[in-house]
Amino acid sequence: RPALPVHRSARRVAIFGGTHGNEMSGVMLVNLWVQNNTEVQRKGVEVQPFITNPKAVEKCTRYVDTDLNRAFTPENLSTLGGGDLPYEVRRAQEINRMFGPKGSPEAYDVIFDLHNTTSNMGCTLLLESSKDHFNLQMMNYIQASVSNSNLYCVCCFFAGLEVGPQPQGVLRSNIFESMRDILKHALDFIELFNAGMEFPPCTVEVFRLSERIDYPRDDNGNIIAMVHPNLQDCDWEPLNPGDPMFQTFDGKTIHYQGSGTVYPTFINEAAYYEKQQAFATTRRESLVASAIRKA
Amino acid sequence: MEHTSFPPLSRVAICGGTHGNELSGVYIVKEMQKQKVEKIGSVSVISVLSNPPAIDVCRRYTETDLNRCFSDAKLSSTLTDSAAYEMRRAHELNAQLGPKGGEKAVDLIIDLHNTTSNMGVCLILSYLDWLTLHICKYIQTKMTSAPVTVMQLNDSNADGYSLDMLGKHGFAIEVGPQPHGVLRADIFNMMKRTLDFTTDWLQEFNDGHIFEGGEVETYSFLRSVDYPRDASGQITAAIHPQLQDKDFTLLQPGDPMFLSFSGETVKYEGEPVYPMFVNECAYYEKKIAFHLAEKITLKVPSISVKN
Repeated sequence: RPALPVHRSARRVAIFGGTHGNEMSGVMLVNLWVQNNTEVQRKGVEVQPFITNPKAVEKCTRYVDTDLNRAFTPENLSTLGGGDLPYEVRRAQEINRMFGPKGSPEAYDVIFDLHNTTSNMGCTLLLESSKDHFNLQMMNYIQASVSNSNLYCVCCFFAGLEVGPQPQGVLRSNIFESMRDILKHALDFIELFNAGMEFPPCTVEVFRLSERIDYPRDDNGNIIAMVHPNLQDCDWEPLNPGDPMFQTFDGKTIHYQGSGTVYPTFINEAAYYEKQQAFATTRRESLVASAIRKA
Repeated sequence: MEHTSFPPLSRVAICGGTHGNELSGVYIVKEMQKQKVEKIGSVSVISVLSNPPAIDVCRRYTETDLNRCFSDAKLSSTLTDSAAYEMRRAHELNAQLGPKGGEKAVDLIIDLHNTTSNMGVCLILSYLDWLTLHICKYIQTKMTSAPVTVMQLNDSNADGYSLDMLGKHGFAIEVGPQPHGVLRADIFNMMKRTLDFTTDWLQEFNDGHIFEGGEVETYSFLRSVDYPRDASGQITAAIHPQLQDKDFTLLQPGDPMFLSFSGETVKYEGEPVYPMFVNECAYYEKKIAFHLAEKITLKVPSISVKN
């Protein structure tokens, strides 16, 4: 029979909370597990819960100087400057030392970066690469195990677990427990994998990030329309050419003018107004994940 | 009850961004200023962005909550060099729209707010006033698309700390749920409609229409409940899923209130009450998980303009 792709054991796992200091599920879960890590212990795995942006958590703000989740660039990670550097750049360097460097043998095997969104995205696993068979298999395992069907997978630029909708600075019990449940199954998967279980090939439906669409703005950069009520909260539902997209303040509709059907996500995320993004479009794909087994 | 008359309401202030991240009001006022709206029918309108620096950084406030700065004590205090921005701004707004309790104050202030709580359209009165109660009654009859509740805070004039206290009459329009820093079209549209009905009422009032007396159901503030916390002040539970989003739904003894992180349910004990501002983001730091209210039906007399 053909040789299986083998993957090294996932011996060290990190769970990051508070990368954005006002995304409360991750903050509260990690604080809980830092105090008492019984719930996240698994045989053969070292699990490290960690608050990545403590200053932002203390102020209950997304970031202090700059977005930590955009700070892990090669330039930032290698720059000198010490105390003069923005707080989050210094944090990125420290986190890279503790849990990376990325791609090196010392790096942690799996990192779960916990996020919330004001968008109605349900539970979304964000993957950096569509060729990441380990994560695709983990996704497949979680989908089969969780009770709610509100689980999506996006190929994007950064990895993480995103659960919404939840306002910034607010802790909703249902959102908190959903995230907790997903992590439970993710850690179970890792334990089973490390114990030698073989996971056969599977198909995973993913949404591949396509375009970022900004709000209509005037010459001064002020927004002149809002996400249309027909699009609001409709993350993952098809958006067809001609469908309502924005509503101006005096009630007029602006329609989607794309060439084909897309699947919008991150619809009306609070943090993206300053990043010039009203929503992102994605295209649906079926990815085949190879069978995997521990080396 | 005896018919009551009031002088015409000729100067009205519409305020948005009293909390800089409550966006419906910010954008309603920005639009009014862009369109240079200065008069609506017989009423001259002043549109105000209450806290511009907080709006610029999309935060509730920069140093202290502006909407707690309008008590008599705070407005009469001398400003030192180290006074918080919002204290200074409160004095400025008092000069522009007030002075509070004075003859030159604007006739009516409408202060626009959002909440992360599931409160729909909620009209908030700091104290009882037949005129504003009639506005509330009118809005309730006209808004068929969403329920409209009336909340009273039971503050004395002196203690009344919110911006709407500066006018001869005033109230807040609070619409939720909306995350802070987010602009939802459905919430914006509801607030706009509520504001339009208010200005319709002002027209009719100034034109001499007699508004019949009747009853207005209100939710009257009783007390607040904080989150369960540990010795270091950290919260140890979330609002229970069965209470989350259930603003203005009767809470009975034995009903779930909080679900702790370790899985225990904390139940409500006490008289049947109505929760409101359930899980409002800005209230975590004020040590409030939700407010409790009793339902009180008020009788209002018929009113009209005094000529």
